Amino acid sequence: MSNVIQIERLNKTYDSGFTALRDVNLSIRKGEIFALLGPNGAGKTTLISIVCGIVNASSGTVLADGHDIRRDYRAARSRIGLVPQELSTDAFETVQATVTFSRGLFGKPANPAYVERVLRDLSLWDKRKDKIMALSGGMKRRVMIAKALAHEPDILFLDEPTAGVDVELRRDMWNLVRGLRERGVTIILTTHYIEEAEEMADRVGVINHGEIVLVERTRELMDKLGRKELRLQLAEPLATLPEALSDLPLSLEAEGQELVYRFDARHDQGDVAGLLRRLDEQGIAFRDLRTRESSLEEIFVDLVHNGRKGD
Amino acid sequence: MNLHGVKAIYRFEMARTWRTLLQSIASPVISTSLYFVVFGSAIGSRMVEIDGISYGAFIIPGLVMLMLLNESISNASFGIYMPKFTGTIYEVLSAPISPLEIVLGYVGAAASKSIILGLLILATSRLFVDYQIAHPFAMVGFLALTAVTFSLFGFIIGVWADGFEKLQIIPMMIVTPLTFLGGTFYSVSMLPPFWETVTLFNPVVYLVSGFRWSFYGVADVHLGVSLGMTVLFMLVCAGLIGWIFKTGYRLRD
Repeated sequence: MSNVIQIERLNKTYDSGFTALRDVNLSIRKGEIFALLGPNGAGKTTLISIVCGIVNASSGTVLADGHDIRRDYRAARSRIGLVPQELSTDAFETVQATVTFSRGLFGKPANPAYVERVLRDLSLWDKRKDKIMALSGGMKRRVMIAKALAHEPDILFLDEPTAGVDVELRRDMWNLVRGLRERGVTIILTTHYIEEAEEMADRVGVINHGEIVLVERTRELMDKLGRKELRLQLAEPLATLPEALSDLPLSLEAEGQELVYRFDARHDQGDVAGLLRRLDEQGIAFRDLRTRESSLEEIFVDLVHNGRKGD
Repeated sequence: MNLHGVKAIYRFEMARTWRTLLQSIASPVISTSLYFVVFGSAIGSRMVEIDGISYGAFIIPGLVMLMLLNESISNASFGIYMPKFTGTIYEVLSAPISPLEIVLGYVGAAASKSIILGLLILATSRLFVDYQIAHPFAMVGFLALTAVTFSLFGFIIGVWADGFEKLQIIPMMIVTPLTFLGGTFYSVSMLPPFWETVTLFNPVVYLVSGFRWSFYGVADVHLGVSLGMTVLFMLVCAGLIGWIFKTGYRLRD
């Protein structure tokens, strides 16, 4: 799969002296959904803003569909759509007028049929003559997406697209994003909702303190860095762990009523059968058991706050 | 060239004018007409002629210029400041549109509005004062040149301003006083020699003088000097805008 965005040795230091990006290298593949995760102030929005032309890089290069974003900015920018984090809209404009404006601004001739399709896809057609200030926050978010899609971009940046929207709209957005991907649009999203990345992204990139900490396929990341947990509800509570089981990563919880076995999904396949056999040898009986896998959120927190990295 | 982009900005800005007709058109026409009523019809009839021109007619070019400068600056500065204020500037900055095209859209619309207003005010003033236009093409040329030049200046103010106070401060504190002291209500030659020399440092003198020449064929300073000073100011503004886009000053971090 070819790369549609190629970022090399990108640095950004603002006039205030704050360094937002440090030697960032990143490739986004054509047609994928890429989630960029990172805590507040990690550099996500700066990175997106540089690619879209809103912020100047201090050094480094960015190619969008093979076009340098500075030297060949017209070709690069015409391929990119951006939905920024803030709900920045022209309050007094109508929905249809603002979407038509965006299409023209990006150099495309008027195409009422296409604008109608975009508005219908986003359930905005009935609101097309309404002023933006009369819309709800969720509807304004849809208008922002419609504006970003107005010039038929191949690459779409969604900066925190579902921040502050209700569950229904979030589900609608996810469906929209999947629909766009099916039409061949590459989608790069930043999000605080880790389950969003887990649910939608083909690959995940984690950025912290302006550095890319890790880029990995979402499933592989969870397989590699995820942890598994086996929780046994004991028939009789234990005061302490038997000495014979001290070589295993076991702990007692719930006042000795639960025995918990945690293992690394990558390094340790977790010999559950062996554990159960040894418990039987020790005469420890259990009434119930359940297993769970750590979420992407836990992996993310581990990466960002504990500095854990994938090999 | 991204002509669709230029048209989109131009139409967007003009749409704002039509949406706010009372504020954009009616208000400046009415307030300037009051000058004609007071200084032209009421007081003007009791004042002596200047350079053989009735006082009411004499002040018309200066008053049109006063409105033209203020409206050009205010339209252009508001046009670029509002997207910065609301955050919608992100769209213009991320669009495949060159600095020249952005300026053409914003400044073109601001200058168009000012020219329309100038012509409307001229037509309205005819209701109160009788005047002639000796050089109509030159008059329209001066009107357009001044509107474009001061719209460029307004664009700079709009980029520079980081609050509504700054947006207003230059038109109110500098441009209006310079216009009042730039020969709008009197001929520079009526001043004592010292103040006449001082007045020549006021750039508005050259605008009013050149514009008045297009009406009555008389001017405080030579026509060529008026034209040269206006073009020079336009080039300075254009140069500053070029610098703004090159460095990203208050537009692009």
